[in-house]
Amino acid sequence: MSAVFLVLSAFLASAVEMVEALTIVLAAGLTRGWRSSLTGLAAAVIVLAAIVAALGPALTVVPLDALRLVVGALLLLFGLQWLRKAILRASGRKALHDEDAIFARELAEARVAEHIERAGIDWYGFTLSFKGVLLEGLEVAFIVLTFGSTQGSIPLAAAGAAGAVLLVAGVGVAVRAPLARVPENTMKFAVGLMLTTFGIFWSAEGAGAHWPGSDAALPGVLAFVCVVSALLVLALRTPRMETA
Amino acid sequence: MRFLRFWWEFVVGDDMLAAACVIAAIAATAGLAALGVAAWWLLPLAVPLVLYVSLRRAT
Repeated sequence: MSAVFLVLSAFLASAVEMVEALTIVLAAGLTRGWRSSLTGLAAAVIVLAAIVAALGPALTVVPLDALRLVVGALLLLFGLQWLRKAILRASGRKALHDEDAIFARELAEARVAEHIERAGIDWYGFTLSFKGVLLEGLEVAFIVLTFGSTQGSIPLAAAGAAGAVLLVAGVGVAVRAPLARVPENTMKFAVGLMLTTFGIFWSAEGAGAHWPGSDAALPGVLAFVCVVSALLVLALRTPRMETA
Repeated sequence: MRFLRFWWEFVVGDDMLAAACVIAAIAATAGLAALGVAAWWLLPLAVPLVLYVSLRRAT
């Protein structure tokens, strides 16, 4: 069961972040040239791979209880940020994430930016693509490393993330447009629920608490977080804001 | 300094009170567990409260 949650969480989180990264890479490619955009993308992927390769083995030598405490606390803090935004969006208190609107904004900004070329590469296009992929990818790397190390299987978490990256990249190449029809807000909500659930479960275990039923308690914690979040959405519900 | 600020915002976000409450709840869980008291229930109780207060502060 934990392995399924692990792969699913890594897949969903990666898919959401990669949809956002794709929007930025497309905007950079269409306005500043594909060479600059794809070079930025490749550079960011190399940096992310180096981060995972360097930190992954280091995390596996940390004692499991200490790892679960630290990772659980980090995931809980991180997950609550996702969940808070998702609840605000679902209740109409915050504008929904809209890839089309973001794409239009990125295009407009990229079109008017100054053209500075170095080594045959447009610096703005490279930087836009590099920063976008790196920042979105850092969240994926964080989730892969924390989930994977705590569950004792970074490769499994990485496989979930890689599946999402390949899927989003494949669809992105096929349609050459932002993936606005992906239910991104729902996926973000799901990731928030997963991160918060794992954060609660692991930080309590790392702090020395024992869950009734051990690992079998995990679906119960997830169900509890889902119910609480749904109630909070209902409690805060207000007329829908414009998307942005 | 920018590096630290980035990681702070990445992990903690814009609600420092919520983050502090979460850390306090984890510390309390560790305290109860060290005393031999069942402590698994504390975080599922604390997290919804923290989330509710954080959402109220944001709206």
